[in-house]
Amino acid sequence: MKKGHYGIYGGQYVAETLMKPLNELAEAYEEAIKDPAFLAEFHQILKDYVGRESPITYAKRLSEHLGGAKILLKREDLNHTGAHKVNNTIGQALLARRMGKKRLIAETGAGMHGVATATVAALLGLPCTVYMGAIDVARQAPNVQRMKMLGATVVAVEEGSATLKDAMNEALRDWVTNVDETFYVIGTVAGPYPYPAMVREFQSVIGKEARAQVLEKYGKLPDQAIACIGGGSNAMGLFAGFIDDKDVKLVGVEAGGQGIHTGQHAASINGGRVGVLHGSKTYLIQTDEGNIIDTYSVSAGLDYPGVGPEHAYLADTGRAEYPVINDDEAINAFDMLCRFEGIIPALESSHAIAEAIKRAPTLPKDAIILVNLSGRGDKDMDNIMKYKSSHGMA
Amino acid sequence: MATRITDSFNKAKSEGRGAFVAYLTMGYPTLEASVQAADDLIAGGADVLELGVPFSDPFADGAVIRSAAYKALENGVNLDKVLEAASQIRAKHPTTGLVLFTYYNVIFSKGLETFAAEAEKVGIDAVLSVDLPLEERDELIDVLKPHGISYIPLIAPNTPLSRVIKSAEGLENSFLYIITVKGITGERKELPADLAGHLDEIRAAVKLPIAAGFGISTKAQAEIVSQHADGFVVGTALVRRLGEKGKLEGDILP
Repeated sequence: MKKGHYGIYGGQYVAETLMKPLNELAEAYEEAIKDPAFLAEFHQILKDYVGRESPITYAKRLSEHLGGAKILLKREDLNHTGAHKVNNTIGQALLARRMGKKRLIAETGAGMHGVATATVAALLGLPCTVYMGAIDVARQAPNVQRMKMLGATVVAVEEGSATLKDAMNEALRDWVTNVDETFYVIGTVAGPYPYPAMVREFQSVIGKEARAQVLEKYGKLPDQAIACIGGGSNAMGLFAGFIDDKDVKLVGVEAGGQGIHTGQHAASINGGRVGVLHGSKTYLIQTDEGNIIDTYSVSAGLDYPGVGPEHAYLADTGRAEYPVINDDEAINAFDMLCRFEGIIPALESSHAIAEAIKRAPTLPKDAIILVNLSGRGDKDMDNIMKYKSSHGMA
Repeated sequence: MATRITDSFNKAKSEGRGAFVAYLTMGYPTLEASVQAADDLIAGGADVLELGVPFSDPFADGAVIRSAAYKALENGVNLDKVLEAASQIRAKHPTTGLVLFTYYNVIFSKGLETFAAEAEKVGIDAVLSVDLPLEERDELIDVLKPHGISYIPLIAPNTPLSRVIKSAEGLENSFLYIITVKGITGERKELPADLAGHLDEIRAAVKLPIAAGFGISTKAQAEIVSQHADGFVVGTALVRRLGEKGKLEGDILP
């Protein structure tokens, strides 16, 4: 396969001005991940600052209630900053410093990647600008405040649909204009090469740890590994640990919003078709004319009209399956994890939990479902209360 | 393959001037106004027209062309309508070079083969896709070629000379579009100081004509650029004036 391509997917569909910095980035990245000193510093920060390794928790009461497979949770919600995003921003920020870049920029949807980027910018003493759709700025106010506390500049992007894709457009415009001194920290396994490969690599710590932990404690590998998919970085990080274990089913859960048939969803693989956006060829939610459609999910972090190109490839080859979970199922899963386990999950991760809740009763008691609990739900309180009151659930 | 782009550059050269390449966001402020503006531009000296097809996510464009694209989309303008408009322009102007200018997804979404056949039928000479660099362009060029349609490569200020030469390889009825500044489309008061040397270096290295764009809005700037390039591109300034007045009045280049 051509470098940076996953079957027909991936590639480097960018403006010519970005080819030189992308080539420089690819070269620096390929060198860095072979450099023991770089890797040692990366893993030291993951340990001392993020608090890795993150534990595996057996969701005992939930599993027993469902009466089937054991559900295990990989606790990325316990990371510093509250989600898996920080694994990647530390890797990229260290790379930025190694390349002598003077400034970080990032796009963010729900704000978790923005917070994780602002955090490492403070840690390394680099100025940071985060682009965020104006609609997201309004609905994710606590994360905007967190980024500002951490010293980042947050730019509200008013145009287009004023959400994540427009934030990414604006970040690309900033990068193309200030390309020499700026490092663009992309938050998911999307974008042009080397981003999908690089973000996967920095997130692969999730799957590698989880594989060893499950094997040690249970003496076997999980039967299924489940994660939610927006762009797909937490899922790719989990899958990376198991991709060569052909007996482990890989399951990426897309956000069905109000149902794919309503058009109000963010399920690019199930409800989109192949196209080119933000540097790679992949499944996109788009009109017949190739214009990108605004997506919808109760979970802002899954609200992106594309998906990482490697996921598109894994879907086509059948190595991974990509079911859909709608808003109501995710909210139900959120409630169940709160009440049965005393864990408040992020709405994004609740989609993965919901899929596990569906599958567990159909499997024998000695089967293991490993779920990536990619983030904690503190940020989602307002949205959940709003959802519940508008659906007569409060 | 048609030779209208080559002919346009040759004609300008024989007249001792740089070829005038004019960009329009088709459908802004209306599609009728764009077709009228094409007539006015050609009457006012434009040699090659770039017909911009609006896209929902114009990440390489400055504010003026972006808002023009959003407005054009609101007006219901799409690739098919731009091809229709191109056919009207072609009927009236048999020798003008016509370049279809857009983001790749717009073409990809239609289907490359269907697109190429229709573009050939309406008399498009070449395609320029903002987000289709050397690494990825063959998938489009291989489909365009049998239909006699060429490709216009973009060259950035940070494109190494060896890559400039590769970008020009295998292309006829084309030109290199030299982006004068790092950044997005838009008018600028001053052109970069090292532009002349940069253009001279590229011009000496390739056989294809070169045209400089991004930030050129006045006759004076066009004349300076034409001393070092075979042509110049004006976009944002035209789009802005069309938005303000609904048509191009007075001198095409102030």
